Amino acid sequence: MLAWTVYISFIGVLAVLCLPERMVRATRAVALVAALAGLGLAVAGIARHGLDGSMTTIVKHVWVRGLGIDYYLGADGISLVLVLLTGIAATAGILFSWNIEHRAKEFFAFYLALIGGVYGVFLSFDLFLLFVFYELAIIPKYFLIAIWGSTNREYGAMKLALYSFIGSAMVLLGIVAAYVVAGSRTMDLFELAKYPFPESFQFWAFPLVFVGFAILAGLWPFHTWAPGGHVAAPTAASMLLAGVVMKLGAYGALRVAMTLFPQGLAIWRDTIALLAVVGIVYGALVALVQTDFKFVIGYSSVSHMGFVLLGLMTINAVGLSGAVLQMFSHGIIAGLLFAVVGRMVYDRAHTRDLGALEEMGLGRALPFAAVTFAVAGFASMGLPGFSGFVAELQVLIGAWYAFPTFAALAGLGIVIGAAYTLRALQKAFYGEVAESRSGAHPPLPPITLPEKIGAIMLVTVAVVVGLYPKLLLDLIGPSFYSPLFDGLRAKGAF
Amino acid sequence: MSYLELLSRFAPETIVVITALVVLGLDLLVLREEPLRNRLRIGAAFSGLGCVAAAAWLLAIAGSAEASSPFATGGMLVDDPLTRLVKVALLALGFFAILLATEGNFTAHVGEYLSLVLLSVVGMMLMVSSTDLLMIFIALEATSLPLYILAAFNPRDPRSSEAALKYFLFGGMAAAFTLFGLSLVYGLAGSTNLAEIAVRLADTGRGPDALLPAALALTLTGLAFKVAAAPFHLWAPDAYEGAPAPSASLIASGSKVAGFFLLARVMMVAFAPVAGSGTWHHYAAGWMPLVAILAGLSVVIGNLAAIAQSNVKRLLAYSAVAHTGYALLGVLANDPRGVSSLVYYVITYGLTLVGAFAVVSAVEDREGGSNLTDFAGLGRREPLLSFCMMIFMLSLAGIPPLAGFFGKFYLFAAIIGGARNLGWLWLVVLAVAMSAVSLYYYLQVLKQIYVLPEPERTAKRRPPMVTKALVGLLALGVVIFGCAPDLLLRPLLAVIHGRVF
Repeated sequence: MLAWTVYISFIGVLAVLCLPERMVRATRAVALVAALAGLGLAVAGIARHGLDGSMTTIVKHVWVRGLGIDYYLGADGISLVLVLLTGIAATAGILFSWNIEHRAKEFFAFYLALIGGVYGVFLSFDLFLLFVFYELAIIPKYFLIAIWGSTNREYGAMKLALYSFIGSAMVLLGIVAAYVVAGSRTMDLFELAKYPFPESFQFWAFPLVFVGFAILAGLWPFHTWAPGGHVAAPTAASMLLAGVVMKLGAYGALRVAMTLFPQGLAIWRDTIALLAVVGIVYGALVALVQTDFKFVIGYSSVSHMGFVLLGLMTINAVGLSGAVLQMFSHGIIAGLLFAVVGRMVYDRAHTRDLGALEEMGLGRALPFAAVTFAVAGFASMGLPGFSGFVAELQVLIGAWYAFPTFAALAGLGIVIGAAYTLRALQKAFYGEVAESRSGAHPPLPPITLPEKIGAIMLVTVAVVVGLYPKLLLDLIGPSFYSPLFDGLRAKGAF
Repeated sequence: MSYLELLSRFAPETIVVITALVVLGLDLLVLREEPLRNRLRIGAAFSGLGCVAAAAWLLAIAGSAEASSPFATGGMLVDDPLTRLVKVALLALGFFAILLATEGNFTAHVGEYLSLVLLSVVGMMLMVSSTDLLMIFIALEATSLPLYILAAFNPRDPRSSEAALKYFLFGGMAAAFTLFGLSLVYGLAGSTNLAEIAVRLADTGRGPDALLPAALALTLTGLAFKVAAAPFHLWAPDAYEGAPAPSASLIASGSKVAGFFLLARVMMVAFAPVAGSGTWHHYAAGWMPLVAILAGLSVVIGNLAAIAQSNVKRLLAYSAVAHTGYALLGVLANDPRGVSSLVYYVITYGLTLVGAFAVVSAVEDREGGSNLTDFAGLGRREPLLSFCMMIFMLSLAGIPPLAGFFGKFYLFAAIIGGARNLGWLWLVVLAVAMSAVSLYYYLQVLKQIYVLPEPERTAKRRPPMVTKALVGLLALGVVIFGCAPDLLLRPLLAVIHGRVF
């Protein structure tokens, strides 16, 4: 059933392509139905397979007989959580792109193709298939940004595409080498994870594959595509980029690099944890001095993804499940933040400059946007009661066991996070409006119903997961006890 | 062996030769008075029919008991399941070139043009079959000479003559090198048969010969020219740009497929004892280091030079040089898996490139040029052609699930598996890094098509249905071979079954 999340997205692409160009409303409706169907399937799939987080095989077919490649879709708790995230982010993204009129047909086709690829990555347990879906997501991203983007869009789109492609080239090299070393017989992740790769091989294969994936997760210093790409992208695309595409990188790093090469992980662990911490602090500091509202959120994504990578490097139960929960939480919160900045503010005020916004008094003009941003900002800062708190706390606890110094530094990142979020909130929404100028701006169009639905949906998820994280943690935790993670567990502290 | 048996074994080649003569005669004697369009269509119909008949013959005898046994005519030619499979691909590529020609309006010499296409296809088929130095040289020339003329076939465009002249001069030079190299090989081994040459060269009693490196390098030069490997690629951009689209597509696809097959056969069979090694820290003199250098240079030069091109045909030419570099990895694997990955790669590459050329020629017809800027806004005007072009470009860049991706994956797996201790990794690293570069220029084409706005222009003529159908068919093929590689891979592995040639 879960496999249909992939198929329904591609069916959506075909359906959208078949509609005539001028039927914009129908196109939107079809896209929304496809995204909702994906979300529904994800929820139903969790209800049916996943409550204990164990591994389920969905489809397993021989694909390329001569090379031992299978069409192998499955799901464990980690996949389920991320599939759910994809469903939510995809639906919200369509609600926030309700105003797309320009080439709407192509927009939703690329959008759904991207979603389909993302679902595919999260459900693939054959390395070749996983890579196919992973690369499939690159091209729609390029077009979404280059055609419908804003600031510096062609540059941002090309940079993003090339960074992703260079990352995936590194991954390709690593997995082809691993495939050959393991005897050129199978691409099954479970089989490969069992194969004892020599340590000298893991020594270079691990950083190659890990960094190749982590480029997409915004690992410092390879993060530079992220802020520019997010800023250039149209709202729905930046929601997806920050919401799910960055998770593809983190997921690949966990699912492939860390399970296949645990010895390599043990060697490089400290270095990567250091990079993650630098990312957390650096991203937060840079976000603190941005004048473009969207860049604040863009750099905050780098900072928050640093927590995911730091959590992965702890290799203990609490840190790893914290990392996966942070993937989910950041996907929701970053989506919400980008929605406020890109759709609610920029589409109406036509500027993202914090100085200019300060004089517009948006808090009064767009109270819904202000409240949404405040709530999302609190969630992003890691206030208790929101998903971000639980996730980052877990990562910090995990990191405390593994690297106390880094944990302290990451804690500093949270403090700076509060600072830049409050600064952005204050400047964008609650600036001092000079009385003489308050009438100078024409009234802004009110927030539309789809925007409200999308925002309320995302806020609800962040709150529910924040108040009752067990819902997801019960899925994530047991997944790490599957045979796939045997090597990882042997290296870690659980 | 009787001539009758020979004819029956090589019936497909015979069919194509007869078709060529029939088409020539028909056009000269019967169709003289008809308008050009009809002459083209009737001639192309006959030529296409000949290709289909020959391919059908090859496929029909594939199952018969007689056909499964390899057949050698005194060591001159060989006919076995593998060569038959490659010949079917060559006939298909020739067929596509003929289809592309039906809508061309560059020549009034229809009969001559079509029969030359067919004759060069016969040359390619002989290249695939030949196992003897003399036969190899004859086949090479039988392919090249018609191709030189085909490149020159557009009298109105001076670039066509320029292309042909450059192609001819470089080609003639390369042929001279090859011939010299082959004569040295004969002098060293005392035989013209590939298998016997291997036996004589393996006889180390005489000690290494100083002439061997010269013989190897010279032979390789000619073959490298045929497949446009750097640094013997200089003719390619001009030939691709100037030659009429059907000729260019044949030069870039069919002639390359046959060239690679021959290159692999000569290196893997005749020079098997002097393979040497080009792997990391295990260098040994032989053909492997030479081919490795060619592959490395091709990948780097092709990809970097393609970035700087503003004309799509030249861009495709440099990208073709890069793809030559990738395909050479299959030769370097030097095992059955390498051969199957090579054949898979060059066949799917040929299909992709013919498709891309068809789109470029349609744009050229409409816009009067093939510069990148002529593609601006094509996505709005020609959704189908644009979508297919996207598929071709992404397949060339190696994006899954298209054929180009699986081809590259298979090549990389084959060459890494071809040496102990991942010795070829250095070359694969280079190839992978350069393929990351390649996405940039393929995206430049797609950016023009989809992102940039359409310039204000008056309505031009629509591309003909035949071109659209051909392009759609090829794009479908690229997608299908990418999603289900087994369609081509299983027959390929079945005919190779664990042996090199």
